Amino acid sequence: MSAPTEWQANISKAFSNRSFVIGLTITALLALMAALSFVWTPYAVGSFDILGKLKPPSSAHWLGTDHFGRDILSMIMVGSRNSIAVALVSVIIGAGIGVPLGLWAAARGGLIDEALMRFNDLVFAFPALLSAVMITAVFGPGAVNAIIAIGIFNIPVFARVARGAALSLWPREYILAARASGKSSLLITIEHILPNMMNILVVQGTIQFSLGILAEAGLSYVGLGSQPPMPSWGRMLFEAQTMIGMAPHMALYPGLAIVITVLGLNLLGDGLRDVLDPKMRRERS
Amino acid sequence: MNRVWKSALAASALVLLSATASFAAKTDLVLGVVLEPPHLDPTAGAATAIGEIVYANVFEGLTRINAKGEVLPALAESWTISEDGKLYTFKLHKDVKFHDGTAFDAQDVKFSLDRARDEKSTNPQKPLFASIDTVEIVDPLTVKVTLKQPNGDFLYNMGWAAAVIVAPESADTNKEKPVGTGPFKVDNWAKGSQIVISKNPAYWGTPVALDKATFRIIPDPAAATAALLAGDVQAFPVFPSYEAVPQFQADPRFKVVIGTTEGETVLGMNNKKPPFDNLKVRQAIAHAIDRKTLIDGALFGLGTPIGSFFPPHHPAYIDLTGESAYDPALSKKLLAEAGHPDGFKTTLKLPPPVYARRGGEIIAAELREIGIEAEIIPVEWAQWLEQVFKGKDYDMTIVSHTEPNDLNIFARDNYYFNYDSPAFREVIKQIEATSDTTTRTGLYQQAQKILAADVPAAFLFQLPKTGIWDAKVEGLWENGPIPANDLTAVKWAE
Amino acid sequence: MLNYVSKRILIGILTLLAASIVVFIVLEIVPGDPARLMLGMNATEDAVQALQQQMGLDQPLLIRYFSWIGGLLVGDFGKSYTYSVPVLNLITERIAVSLPLALISLFLSTIIAIPVGLFSASRRGTMTDSGTMAIAQVGVAIPNFWFALLLVYVFAVSLRLVPAGGFPGWNAGVWAGLKSLILPSIALGLPQAAILARVTRSALLDVLGEDYIRTARAKGLTRRKVLYRHALRNALIPVLTILGLQFAFLLAGTIIIENVFYLPGLGRLVFQAITQRDLIVVEGVVMLLVATVILVNLLVDLSYALVDPRLRGRS
Repeated sequence: MSAPTEWQANISKAFSNRSFVIGLTITALLALMAALSFVWTPYAVGSFDILGKLKPPSSAHWLGTDHFGRDILSMIMVGSRNSIAVALVSVIIGAGIGVPLGLWAAARGGLIDEALMRFNDLVFAFPALLSAVMITAVFGPGAVNAIIAIGIFNIPVFARVARGAALSLWPREYILAARASGKSSLLITIEHILPNMMNILVVQGTIQFSLGILAEAGLSYVGLGSQPPMPSWGRMLFEAQTMIGMAPHMALYPGLAIVITVLGLNLLGDGLRDVLDPKMRRERS
Repeated sequence: MNRVWKSALAASALVLLSATASFAAKTDLVLGVVLEPPHLDPTAGAATAIGEIVYANVFEGLTRINAKGEVLPALAESWTISEDGKLYTFKLHKDVKFHDGTAFDAQDVKFSLDRARDEKSTNPQKPLFASIDTVEIVDPLTVKVTLKQPNGDFLYNMGWAAAVIVAPESADTNKEKPVGTGPFKVDNWAKGSQIVISKNPAYWGTPVALDKATFRIIPDPAAATAALLAGDVQAFPVFPSYEAVPQFQADPRFKVVIGTTEGETVLGMNNKKPPFDNLKVRQAIAHAIDRKTLIDGALFGLGTPIGSFFPPHHPAYIDLTGESAYDPALSKKLLAEAGHPDGFKTTLKLPPPVYARRGGEIIAAELREIGIEAEIIPVEWAQWLEQVFKGKDYDMTIVSHTEPNDLNIFARDNYYFNYDSPAFREVIKQIEATSDTTTRTGLYQQAQKILAADVPAAFLFQLPKTGIWDAKVEGLWENGPIPANDLTAVKWAE
Repeated sequence: MLNYVSKRILIGILTLLAASIVVFIVLEIVPGDPARLMLGMNATEDAVQALQQQMGLDQPLLIRYFSWIGGLLVGDFGKSYTYSVPVLNLITERIAVSLPLALISLFLSTIIAIPVGLFSASRRGTMTDSGTMAIAQVGVAIPNFWFALLLVYVFAVSLRLVPAGGFPGWNAGVWAGLKSLILPSIALGLPQAAILARVTRSALLDVLGEDYIRTARAKGLTRRKVLYRHALRNALIPVLTILGLQFAFLLAGTIIIENVFYLPGLGRLVFQAITQRDLIVVEGVVMLLVATVILVNLLVDLSYALVDPRLRGRS
């Protein structure tokens, strides 16, 4: 268990880490923008102004207007809610199911462990996007089904990370001691194993969150994500595609919003990893 | 000396020859089409993409429909109709051969018509043949068709793509290797990219000017624009992007033709499901829609507003858009009278085409103004057919009814609108039994008025046909009475 | 070793079998009927039923599953509902686009990423290193379909150097075909290069920290010589692993990119087939992609085992 002093040390270490600071700033700004959009946007995203369509950026519309004359800045602000919600809930689904599975497999080993690994093999064998397409073909497109599709792929990721971390913790002395004192493996898992892998889970959660933002954008782009009138960054890009010759700004800004968001989250993840778990390998894909 | 002369002559002859070759009009054409057909047999699939390749080019029927929507003789050079309107005697062209060399005669006509109305038939337009009672061969060039009851549309129906004449030898393989009697035959189909047809030298009728035509499949509007600008494609009879049209209108290299289609686009409502069973609710919805905004927003200004279910280019058309003019205040009043002063929640199922998806967003926003929250549910065609069309599991939907002469869908049993009007059915029955033009016009107008008053659906706009082609290409259809790219009269200007 | 290999292969086959059941069941519950779609809005009920019978859709579920699986075992993928040609023909036509696309992207990403990774590692801690890695960090964050849109705008719409989309077919000539694959491969390959460059750099740095490298350094070899002679060779293993995974990813990742550029590849085939409810085609392509992923993973596992015998005991 981390002592309070260790936390203090971590925090001061974090704020001297450049990646962490930049990442945290971007992420905080994103959260702020999403929160602000509930109370204020430059224009209402539901109001159409067909005569004022496809206008390039101006002082009235900082990022221009779309094919219905809607304000793109307002659309991006409201759209951030959608991206955050989908990515966050699918991380929660993935961790909520995956972590217990991984812990269980590590604690029990044997057949259960084997079954979990084979389940992982099965899910990983499906190209993620293809499966998302099939899932939405069954249930229809929409934000909830995008969450399910992305969430399912988060499950084996978290299961694998939790299992790996737990396996490396079980042979530790203090756990062997706890075991010798007759504690059940469930209790040991809750009291010792889980708290000691929180760092790794937080880092993995950040990574999956940023992948979730990208995945949601991809699904919306092919028309399988959240539906109108809810603005979504991916769908804005889809709509921009046929107008790219006339209104390139329609494609530029929603894309930049995605890049900046994902960049911020990745930097935050890198920073967190450097601070919390310096031994963790730097590779990620 | 002599030798020098000779070679000089030869050289100049060669120059002359190549010069004439380059001055002679081009005889090949590359056309862009948006959708790839699933297969090429129009008697076994409804996809408009099939007709866009093979109609009039590869397959022919007894009659054919021309660019103006008129019925002309095709494989039948003439016909007579009995007094009671039930017996049609078709005189067939002689010396007609299918692409595989087999001869065409009355046998093939009987085979094709019987096959289409057979119990095992998979013809997509089976109702077209429902009125046929018997088909008899009189002699190899004469066929007698007896109808169960008179049908004023029969000759028109025989001109549809689904009614083309096929040979028993090749009927089962037409999907992949179409064998028709048309002036072009199919050379090659590279799935996902293009279909090539070439001139049929043994054609029985007027020879076509083109030696070769390539249909290139380009579903993406941006790619379609680029392909036209680059000259990779010289004609796009149904251009997929309304927003790119002004760019071509400003370019003298291209001819832009905004024509009409048979696509009446409607906001269909489930007339048996509350609250849509209430006329006032349907009227409220119709009055809440600003057709101008809709057409500007969804079609970039290129559609014609309609007030009933009838194409504006038809002589019997009457403009009834005033019956459901944009008036949100009236909508709110009607809603209140119907017992929904605060509106209600409902759903709007949208098939894939851009007119439906964009139009749906605009209509949902306009309905929100009068208090109706319509949740947008995008569906694919397969789901639309299953849920909306067959299952009638929907509240509202947007779809363009592109079949010609389809006013009668509102008289069908169990059609997805769930609209049931004995008065309207009666008018349709009379239309079908009448061949006199003046009487028919009166009946058509009566039918339009009934629909405009009953609002079984909110009538939105007639879908435009946006044709763009090289200014030197002549003879392509300006309008789209049926889905077709009839190349029989197409040529390059000198 | 042999034991290990046969176990891995057995697991691969079982996974494939499980995948086939999952795919079949999932697609079975997809709403929509291919026969009705083919015949459209004017079709009569009996015509739809007749077509269903022709397509074999009236057979019970189990019989259809086993006849499909039985066919797969002998290389028969069945017959497409919509195109009514063998599914295998459709797949081979489309692979002629998807495979070159994936390979070119992989090639592009490799020839960019490895030198960049080397360069960055050899200048560890310098401004150049952090600059390069910052660019890579941005590259990782770019969605490939958005990158594709920007490329289309710049090179196809504005400069008109390359086609905006579509594929002329290899019949039109190798160059014409390659030309329409240029933008798609860049759009797919560059974001992958960013990932790979980061992996290469950190793999190199890891290796550089190991004992034998220190020994080599102590023997007087220059840092650069050590990097090229020893570190690179040893760092190639993780890099190749990522490459293997990326290949599978690219093959599937072509789905979105093929949609942006309207390339008639496997991805578009799947998309089209799903919307047309040509389920037998979807099943065939999915099985093919799943089999590819399993095979690549298997090869990666095996190469690991060859390199590091300790891993053989672990499952």
